[in-house]
Amino acid sequence: MSEPVLRLSGITRRFGALVANDGITLDLAAGEVLALLGENGAGKSTLVSILFGHYVADAGTIEAFGRPLPPGDPAAALAAGIGMVHQHSTLADNLTVLDNVMLGTEPLWRPLSRRREGRARLVATAERFGLAVDPDARVARLSVGERQRVEILKALTRDARVLILDEPTAVLTPQESEALFTTLRGMVAEGLSVIFISHKLDEVLRVSDRIAVLRTGRLVAAMPSRGTSKAALAEAMVGRAVAPPVAKPHARGDVVCVLDRVAMRGERVGERLDGVSLALHAGEITAIAGVAGNGQAALVDLLCGMRAADAGSVTLGGAALPADPRGWIDAGAARIPDDRREVGTLGDLPVWENAIAERYRRPFASGGIVRRRSARAYARRLVDRYDVRGAGIDTPVRTLSGGNMQKLIVGRALSGGASKPDAYLPTLIVASQPTWGLDAGAVAWVHQQLLDACARGSAVLLVSEDLDEIFALADRIAVIHGGRLVPPRPAKQWTLAEIGLAMAGVRDAA
Amino acid sequence: MRLEARGAVSPAMALAAPVVAVAFTLAVAALFVAWAGAPVGRTYALIFEGGFGSRFAWSETLTRATPLILTGLAAAIAFRARLYNIGAEGQLYAGALAAVAVGGLHGGTGFDLPPALLLVAMFAAAALAGGLLMALPAFAKTRFGVDEVVTTLLLNFIVLLFVSMMLDGPMKDPAAMGWPQSVALREELELPKLVERTRVHAGLLIAIGLAVLSWTAMRATTFGFEVRAVGANPRAARFAGVPVARTLLLVALASGAAAGLGGAIEVAGRTGYVTLDMSPGYGYTGIVIAMLAGLNPLGVVAAAVFVAGVLVGADSMSRAASVPTYIADVIVAVALIAMLVAALAARYRIRLR
Repeated sequence: MSEPVLRLSGITRRFGALVANDGITLDLAAGEVLALLGENGAGKSTLVSILFGHYVADAGTIEAFGRPLPPGDPAAALAAGIGMVHQHSTLADNLTVLDNVMLGTEPLWRPLSRRREGRARLVATAERFGLAVDPDARVARLSVGERQRVEILKALTRDARVLILDEPTAVLTPQESEALFTTLRGMVAEGLSVIFISHKLDEVLRVSDRIAVLRTGRLVAAMPSRGTSKAALAEAMVGRAVAPPVAKPHARGDVVCVLDRVAMRGERVGERLDGVSLALHAGEITAIAGVAGNGQAALVDLLCGMRAADAGSVTLGGAALPADPRGWIDAGAARIPDDRREVGTLGDLPVWENAIAERYRRPFASGGIVRRRSARAYARRLVDRYDVRGAGIDTPVRTLSGGNMQKLIVGRALSGGASKPDAYLPTLIVASQPTWGLDAGAVAWVHQQLLDACARGSAVLLVSEDLDEIFALADRIAVIHGGRLVPPRPAKQWTLAEIGLAMAGVRDAA
Repeated sequence: MRLEARGAVSPAMALAAPVVAVAFTLAVAALFVAWAGAPVGRTYALIFEGGFGSRFAWSETLTRATPLILTGLAAAIAFRARLYNIGAEGQLYAGALAAVAVGGLHGGTGFDLPPALLLVAMFAAAALAGGLLMALPAFAKTRFGVDEVVTTLLLNFIVLLFVSMMLDGPMKDPAAMGWPQSVALREELELPKLVERTRVHAGLLIAIGLAVLSWTAMRATTFGFEVRAVGANPRAARFAGVPVARTLLLVALASGAAAGLGGAIEVAGRTGYVTLDMSPGYGYTGIVIAMLAGLNPLGVVAAAVFVAGVLVGADSMSRAASVPTYIADVIVAVALIAMLVAALAARYRIRLR
C-alpha cells in the first residue's frame, strides 16, 4: 500500500466525563472509500470534527499527505485538501450555485469577482466528475439531492483530495442515493479518497472499500468490506447481537381517525398540507414516508393538537377536535414527537414531573393540588417498567440520554396515567421519527412497543424518513411530498423504486 | 473557551453559589471602600452594626425589607415563568395610589364602610391595580409577541408621571402646603406596629405570609407546575397540554398584585400617604433580590433582609465614616452580577477549548 493520505494517531477527546474519542488510530489510503460506521453517539461526528479542525483533540496527531495538520484550524484542513459535506446544507439559499461555490474563495479586498474564471473552473470540475448542475440556478430552487451535489462540487473546486461525507443519504430518496454512489465511484477512480459516515449497514457494504466501526468512542473493528456480513457489522456496532422486533398477529379494526381533505397553510413547504385525506384503523400501522420537510411537521402538529386545519376536517373517535393538545390527550391520542428535547420533555423539570406532564390535572391532581405521592409512585413504576436508566425520578430530564428520554416519552404516552400496566390503551398513536438518533437496542425497543400496542388494538401513525424502519413495521404506506399525500397502499404492494419516485414527487409512480 | 452543561446541579452547589457570590461582592466593595480612604474592616463593621447590630438596627432593616420582599416576590414569580417583569416599581406606585383612592380621606371623610371591610377593599384594589398594570404587557406578549421587558420598563415612567399628575391634581392633599403629596389614609386603616417604639409594622407578616404562600403554590399546585413548565420550555409545555397564554396572564396578575400590595403596605404601614419619593427603587431592587434568591420565594425573604440590612447599615455607616452611602448601591449591584455568574457556574463548567 502506498503512503496513506491521512493518518490519525491516538486521537482522544473528552467532553466532561464523556470520552467521545478514545485513542483512535486510523489510516486512509488514496483512492479508497472508508466507511465510518457507528451508532449515534459512538464518536463519528467528533472524530471528523477534529479532522476538519472544528474541535481540538485532547491527545493525538493528524497527518495529511505526510505533513502534520495543525489542530483546530479549518482553514488549514481546507488548504491540505480536506473537504467536508455536512449532513444539512450549508449553502446560501438566495445565491446561485456559482456564487455559493465561489463564496469564500476570493480575498475580500479584490474589487471585482473573477466570475468567468470561477465559472470555467466549476464547469470543468462538474464535467470531470459527471456532476451536472446549472451554475446560474438559485440554490433555493434546487432539490435536496442537487444541493448536496453543489456541496460536493464546492469541495472539489477547492482541490479537495479527501472528501468527508456526514450521513449523506439521510435526506435523499433511494434514487438520489444511487446517483450519489455513482459519483463517489467516479471520484475514487480519479484518485480521491472518501470518508463516508453512516449508520446504515446496507449502503456501507455497497459503497465502501473498508469499514471502521466505532463504539462508545473506541475503534472496535476495521475490516475490508468484501467478505463482511451485515450481521457481523451490526454486532460490532452494538457490541452484542440485537434481536429484531417481533410482530404479533394483528387484525385491522374500525376506523378511529379520519382526515378529510385537510389543508394547512404555512410559510414553508414543511408547514403546509394540501388536500390530505387519510383514514387510520385500529390494529394497523400506517406509515408516512417522505423526504424531510415535505409536510410531515404539519401533519404531526395537526394530530398532536398543536395546530388546526385551515380547511377540511379531522376526527378522532368520531368527534372533531380543536387545536388543543389536552383535548387530544383526553381523546386517547398517544403522541411521540420527533424533538425529544424541545417538545417531548421539559428539560429542567425532574423526571417525575415529566412523567405526569400530560396528565397533571387528571388524574394526578385534585382541587388544584398536585397529588405528589401518587404522581411520584406512578413515575417510579414508569421508570421501572420502561427501563429508564441513568436517573432517579428527581433528576432533571435534560441529563438523560436520548434513548432514556425516548423511553420516558413512549412510556408516558402508552401508559396514559393508568395505575396498572396495560390498563390503558391509546386510541391513536402518533409517532414522529420515534427512533431518530437512538442506538440499535433502543430502536428495537421502540419498534416492539409500537407493534405491541398495535396488536392490542391501537391505530398507529408512523412518520419516518427511514425506509428500512417503515418496511419493517408498516402495514400500509403512504408517501408525502410537497404537502400532498400519495394515498396509502399495503406495504407489500410498494417497491423501493416506486416509493423513491413518489418521495421525489413523481405523481404517476403508482 | 466554551461552556459545558453539568449534569444535575447538586444541592451543595446550589447553596454555595449565593455564599460565594456575597463573599466576592464584599471583596470587590472593599476595594471601593479603600479607595474612599476608609479602613475596610471598620467600615464593614459599621455597616453590619447599622443593619443588624441592635434592636433598633433590626427594626429599621425589617421595615425596609417589607416592601422589598413583595417586589422580590413579584420578580421571582414572573421570572419563574420567564415573564420578565421589570415594572414592579410602577406596579408598586399604582398599588399605593389605589390604596389611598379607596382608603384615603377625600374631602375630610372617606368611604362610609366598616374599617375591616375597607381594609380588605384597600388591599384588593392595590393588588388589582398592580395586577392589571402587569396583565397589559403580558397580554401584548402572548397575543402580539411584544417584548415585555421593554413594555414593563417603560410603563414605570408612565405610571410615575400619572402619579405625579394625581398628586398635583385630584388626589392632592390640601393641607400639605403645596407639596405634591396625596391625601392621607384614614387612621383606622394604618397597620399596627409589631414592636413598641419602632417602625416595624404588620405588613412584614403579610409579606412573609405571601412568600410562604407563593412557595407552597409553586411547589404543590397544578398552577405552580404550569408556571414552571412554561418557564422551562413554552413549546414543550403547550405540547403537554398546559394553557401557556392563560398561565402567563395569571402569572402577570399574581406578580403585579404582589408589587401593588407592596405599595399599599408601604402606605398603610409607614408613610400614611403617597409621595413621589416613597420608593427609592424598591421595584428594581426586587429584581436583584429575586436573582439572589434563585427565584425561590422563601429565599426572597432572606435576600430582602440581607439587602435591606446593607442599605440601612450603609446609611448609618456613612454618618460615622467617610464612605458615601452609595457604597450600598455598589454592593447590591455587584451582588447581582456575582450571583448571575455564580448561578451560571453552578450549571455550567467553563472549558478552555
